[in-house]
Amino acid sequence: MAATSIPKRMSFPQAMREARAAGATYQGIWSWLTTVDHKRIGIMYGAAAFFFFVVGGVEALLIRVQLAAPEQSFLNPDQYNRIFTMHGTTMVFLVVMPMSAAFFNLLVPLMIGARDVAFPRMNAFSFWVFMGGGILLNASFFTGGNVFAGELGAPDGGWFGYAPLTLKQYSGGHGIDYWVIGLQILGIASLAGAFNFIVTILNMRAPGMTLFRMPVFVWMTLVTSFLLIFAIPVISVALFQLTFDRAFGANFFNVSAGGTPLLWQHMFWLFGHPEVYILILPAMGIVSEILPVFSRKPLFGYPFVVFSGVAIGFMSWGVWAHHMYTTGLGSVANSAFGISTILIAIPTGIKIFNWMATMFGGTLNLKTPFYFSVGFIAMFTIGGLTGVTHSIVPSDYQQQDTYYIVAHFHQVLFGGAIFGLFGGAYYWFPKFTGKLMNETLGMINFWLIFIGFNLTFQPMMVAGLMGMPRRIHTYPSDYGWEFWNAMATVGAFTIALGVLVFMVNFVLSMRKGEAASDDPWDGRTLEWTIPSPPPAYNFAEIPHVHSLDDFWHKKYTEDRDGRPVPVPAGASDTSHGDGHAGGHGIHLPSPSIMPLIAAVGFPIIGLGLVYVNDTSEVWSWLGGGSLYLLMRPLIAVGAAIMVVGLYGWALEPATEE
Amino acid sequence: MAHALPAGGHLETNTGLDNRKLLMWLFLGSDCLFFGSLISAYLLYRDRSVVGPYPSELYDIPFTSVSSFVLLMSSFSMVLGLSALQRGNIRGMRIWLSCTAFLGVLFLGGQAFEFTEFYREGLTLHQNLFGTTFFVLTGFHGAHVSVGVLILLSIVASSFRGRVSSDDPLPVEIAGLYWHFVDIVWIIIFTLVYLVEPTS
Repeated sequence: MAATSIPKRMSFPQAMREARAAGATYQGIWSWLTTVDHKRIGIMYGAAAFFFFVVGGVEALLIRVQLAAPEQSFLNPDQYNRIFTMHGTTMVFLVVMPMSAAFFNLLVPLMIGARDVAFPRMNAFSFWVFMGGGILLNASFFTGGNVFAGELGAPDGGWFGYAPLTLKQYSGGHGIDYWVIGLQILGIASLAGAFNFIVTILNMRAPGMTLFRMPVFVWMTLVTSFLLIFAIPVISVALFQLTFDRAFGANFFNVSAGGTPLLWQHMFWLFGHPEVYILILPAMGIVSEILPVFSRKPLFGYPFVVFSGVAIGFMSWGVWAHHMYTTGLGSVANSAFGISTILIAIPTGIKIFNWMATMFGGTLNLKTPFYFSVGFIAMFTIGGLTGVTHSIVPSDYQQQDTYYIVAHFHQVLFGGAIFGLFGGAYYWFPKFTGKLMNETLGMINFWLIFIGFNLTFQPMMVAGLMGMPRRIHTYPSDYGWEFWNAMATVGAFTIALGVLVFMVNFVLSMRKGEAASDDPWDGRTLEWTIPSPPPAYNFAEIPHVHSLDDFWHKKYTEDRDGRPVPVPAGASDTSHGDGHAGGHGIHLPSPSIMPLIAAVGFPIIGLGLVYVNDTSEVWSWLGGGSLYLLMRPLIAVGAAIMVVGLYGWALEPATEE
Repeated sequence: MAHALPAGGHLETNTGLDNRKLLMWLFLGSDCLFFGSLISAYLLYRDRSVVGPYPSELYDIPFTSVSSFVLLMSSFSMVLGLSALQRGNIRGMRIWLSCTAFLGVLFLGGQAFEFTEFYREGLTLHQNLFGTTFFVLTGFHGAHVSVGVLILLSIVASSFRGRVSSDDPLPVEIAGLYWHFVDIVWIIIFTLVYLVEPTS
């Protein structure tokens, strides 16, 4: 690929034309703001999610410092509530979901042999809306007064936002408003992404890439996207209800008017339980890609792994009330949800056994991605088993609201999702940078995180079983919880050190890393058939797929004992077709600023909704007036920007002819 | 993009369904859950209001039947609009789509009238659970109809600039899918909210 850079003096459209004519990579901030290239959007998603990972990690450290010893006052109760709320919200909505979206963006078109996603501009829109929601949510920190004096304005209702505790009379200020509106906007971003990936996967596969020749990661993307499009509207309605209650005096959760707190809990967990599979399935997909490559064996029981993922997707809709055993649903409901929760362990267990069987007897290549994948299996298994203990209703009565629950869901979300995502980062780094990540630092990174992880969350299990409740800002000294909490704090800082090593490794490898070939791991899927980093058009010629793990079968055949034997050079058609002469003449979707403009409208409308009934007096030097009077014009401005963006988007041609 | 471009500029897809049409179907699937949640909240709270006014005191079934009929007829004119375009009759399409939008606006007018009447008789968002759930549910449906009207009018407007042609009737067909869906949702709302008698 010709990688001529474009002189900065040129006007943007001119530069774009030149760049495309030369088949070149283009640079500069404007090219990022207008990009519709799935790879660049993936990189932006990844960078943003990692930034929020650091933010959420710092919040975690603040929590751990506060809880390191009994009766501390590093954080006061109010600050503690806000910090743990933002930690949970950030890690779920601003880290694991967008980091998974980063991998979807980077990989799905490459893995199915497509040049981009089905709706490239909608893809950019998804990212920019996500950024708007993330910024709005975190802006709440600065609205509580002097943030440097510890006056935080962040939401304080927990990531689950239980109404009526989150109603105006119990949670004043605007923290919850930022939370509600922020999540609403993030939901729009997730929906736009999910629609896009379903259409891409169902419609844009290369010739011969049937559904059951798709890599498992693509399957898991598909299942996750379906979960998203059905789960997000449920939480959207719940958030709208809370908004109407808080801003316009509606009664959805007003108990004195006959409302019930159970409405929120049902709606939230009907979203919330599919949501946990939205968080874990992408990581399962990543691990299902890494293990076969590093074991030099095909994935054991491919159809079982795929169908288990689909089964988990379906069953995730029938287990939500296991979050609500203690609300008094009655023994019939509790038993039914207990049984369904036990049943969902079956497809999960099938996956775990298939991953182990994939490694069994393989020629293991012990590199960092493989370590993280094995770490995933081990930690996720513990997390899954502790999950099964929650399904037993009487046992759950005891565990409800203890640190045992906290330990469990970190075991699956950190030990599961985050381990998988780290593995994926190490695995695909060479593809998108053309460099290998440093193995020594990778090992230090893995062991620090692995040890730190176990040091943090296994003690929480013990503390929880000893009766330590969640969501308390401190605890007395004579309950025997000190040791376990001190351990957890040491562990949390060990994890932080591990993340720091990852950052160092990332930057160093990016700058001075060993150059990676197109196929550094001896991969099996289509992304390894193209140059590292991939050209803007991905595939000079669209591949024809003949089997599962097509690339592998082009490289290797089997001897009589079933061992892989390289195909002699020239005997197989592995060359890149050159029908487009290095990418010339391929029509790529044109860059567009419209998705960004349309997306900017959302946080502006959101800000207006946060303060829509705030009667505090502002701008006294101008004669003064109530804040809410400013908000309706602000909402109108936001809506106008959005409409301009959407119409501009609809009217501009998608591809320059 | 990679696949051969047949006449009309459509991309071949694996399912044979155009990307844009598949997108609309997925959106409608998602929207089912949205309305499903709103309707569930209404049904859950149906008999739980502690003060009046109650549904039986307010509902004017004959009036709402007429406005429901208006909305149903708009689906009919939507079909005629699409059919006109498919036969190459742009002018017919403009007339029928404008007619559809007009019927939509008429329905919205009926809803505005109904909201005002209920408000005069003391039903507000704040008054009781019935007010809360009723206004939010029918309000979101009205918002969907409003968006549909905007889409239809945008199509009619852009047809004057030559952007709509019988070579690619798909945008109109997709707008029609949305419109029919919003109609179907209203039939469900009308049945469950207005017609099914509260138990108490």
